[in-house]
Amino acid sequence: MSEEHLKLTLKALKDRFGLQESRLMKYPLALEAEPEKIVEICQVLRDEYEFDFLFELTAVDYWPEEEPRFNVVYGFYSHANNVRLVLRVPLNGDQPSLHTVEGVYRGANWHERELWDMFGINFEGHSDLRRILMSHDWEGHPLRKDYPLGYEEPQFSFNYDEIDKRKHHARYEEA
Amino acid sequence: MPEPLEVSYQELRHLVSERALQGDTVLLNMGPQHPSTHGVLRLLLELDGEVIINCVPDIGFLHTGIEKNMESKRWEMAEVMTDRTDYLNTTGNNLAYCLALERLIELDVPPRAQAVRVILVELERISNHLVWLGTHALDLAAMSMFLYCFRERESILDIKEMCSGQRMMTTFFRPGGLWRDIPAEFEIAVRRFIRMFPGRIKQYDALLEKNPLFMDRTRNIGKLSKEDAINLSVTGPVLRGSGVAYDLRKAQPYSGYEQYDFDIPTGTHGDVYDRYLVRMEEMRQSLRIMQQALDKLPYGPFRSNNRKFVPPPRAELGTSMEAVIHHFKLWTEGFIIPKGAVYQPVESPKGELGYYVESSGGNKPYRVHMRTPSFVHLQALPFMCKGHLVADLVGIIGSVDIVLGDCDR
Amino acid sequence: MGIEQKAGNLGIVTVGLEQVVNWARVNAMWPMLFGLACCAIEMMSAQASHNDMSRFGMELMRASPRQSDLMIVAGRVSRKMAPVLRRLYDQLPDPKWVISMGDCASCSGVFNNYALVQGVDEVVPVDVYVAGCPPRPEALIHGILTLYDKVRHEKLNTWI
Repeated sequence: MSEEHLKLTLKALKDRFGLQESRLMKYPLALEAEPEKIVEICQVLRDEYEFDFLFELTAVDYWPEEEPRFNVVYGFYSHANNVRLVLRVPLNGDQPSLHTVEGVYRGANWHERELWDMFGINFEGHSDLRRILMSHDWEGHPLRKDYPLGYEEPQFSFNYDEIDKRKHHARYEEA
Repeated sequence: MPEPLEVSYQELRHLVSERALQGDTVLLNMGPQHPSTHGVLRLLLELDGEVIINCVPDIGFLHTGIEKNMESKRWEMAEVMTDRTDYLNTTGNNLAYCLALERLIELDVPPRAQAVRVILVELERISNHLVWLGTHALDLAAMSMFLYCFRERESILDIKEMCSGQRMMTTFFRPGGLWRDIPAEFEIAVRRFIRMFPGRIKQYDALLEKNPLFMDRTRNIGKLSKEDAINLSVTGPVLRGSGVAYDLRKAQPYSGYEQYDFDIPTGTHGDVYDRYLVRMEEMRQSLRIMQQALDKLPYGPFRSNNRKFVPPPRAELGTSMEAVIHHFKLWTEGFIIPKGAVYQPVESPKGELGYYVESSGGNKPYRVHMRTPSFVHLQALPFMCKGHLVADLVGIIGSVDIVLGDCDR
Repeated sequence: MGIEQKAGNLGIVTVGLEQVVNWARVNAMWPMLFGLACCAIEMMSAQASHNDMSRFGMELMRASPRQSDLMIVAGRVSRKMAPVLRRLYDQLPDPKWVISMGDCASCSGVFNNYALVQGVDEVVPVDVYVAGCPPRPEALIHGILTLYDKVRHEKLNTWI
């Protein structure tokens, strides 16, 4: 029953929106969608095909490839039919933008804030787009591939003194 | 020198109601360091007297950059970091990561390893629920529960230490099976635990279940309806407390769960008391699963034989050249996973824990995303606590069972 | 020979000031509840009945910094949390000590990246470092006893 529902949904989505299957994901089955149509697709999935549960909203950065630079991954689950479906949305450019699906799935709220914080993907229409995991005056988007890891060199005996000079040692009374 | 952050008025204006701006309601900061927030969670409360009008959670105080750090470590080395996300469910995190990798490479796991994985994960579920019960009861002023629960937990930590040498962050599961075979005392210790534990659950029930004070503080508090719960992507005991019988171990079984016979407890009202009952029943069902797995524990290898991903046993290194080459490759370069992506969900004690793992054909993960239940449940918290008192909020946070390491990663 | 014999008729005992003050400080040192991450669970285990920290004078943990004298930084300190940590340290009244529990607090442990403070001694001055990931409750108790040793040997002119 669940397999037929999945096939039915895939066929319907391919017919209505012209989506292609993505070969990258082994499990669950994934389709590629365009950024402009994502809210409509979510609405159709929730209302007509009983995919009432959003289980995943994340993104992948493919820098230095420019086309596409990001791939936003949406995961949908249907409680009634026990089947999962994934949508991948490619985005380009340094400041990409998508419309929020918060109106359809309220659970997408914090996921989209995290994507803004970590990747710099702007969500239009979001009720509260500000940084969630980093402090609010942090600059840069940490999970992008061109953001450095921030690796600190370990202190061995040969470079102990020079690293020690650079490190800040706290004292009892500091202004 | 780290200075306290100044936040401008304009940035947070949309979060509070109009009454706050006129001074009608009080804005209270339930700061990162607070005994009842179970970790570093900051809540901005808007109060009308003692009643909560609005609650804005502020997370990120434990953000460790695990996802980015995993991209610079090899596949097997990155597993060490998965323990430290949800630190009360360490074997569950390891299991999710290993299952994701095994799905990507299509690696076989022998039945003995699957059964031991199930036993250890169910033990971890009981251990997590014990910490939940201890701290939840401590917040609701039943202080002796804390000491009882941690006494039980010591037996579980002893079993984990017997297998892997470490009490909490074991990293015992590896892609392909287990790190090494379980010792002979394992079965004896687990059976002793299964014999001892039901009596202890009866003790906890006798203290709390029909206790009028406890019931007063938890009934009709923090209600979450079925539709709201599904729309807010809530899973796990919170969803089951609201009436949806959804458990990943039954719906999409993994690691041999389809062989075992157990029930899924559900609640009816979706309040804090129902979630308490659901978790207590889950502990009993975990004992049932462990008993069945231990009775059926098959003999056999404990890790897959595929030498491309699993190191050969040391005895073989003296006799076989291929074993030496495989050992060398695995220790210097690590194994390579072909290009692909997978999302592997697992039923953690808190909800649905999912690992999205993407590989670009190298020996390091290209992208790992952990869909953690605490992150998602915390965004449902404001919906649950509107109109309640501050003292109830403490009970609601406890019942949602968040762990900030899980939430912030 | 009891204390009564030494006290004599007047009930006066002579002892060094440093000894008495240090003895008093050591035997009733109350830690502040500052569990951040995984090490907090082991700290709670050390406080629970199996390994009992109350034997060593830490009867309970105070949530308020104004009422405690020891801060056990248990867990990883992120860059967002560092100002909060320093503020709490400043709010502790004298005399105060800091134990850095675990690898993440001492040197950021497994995580060498942008999000964590690399060792909590960049933010607060530390007296004792306890290694382990997480350290066993026995290791934490050993760290506390080391701190007690240090406090017992403090001299008059180092008191603040």
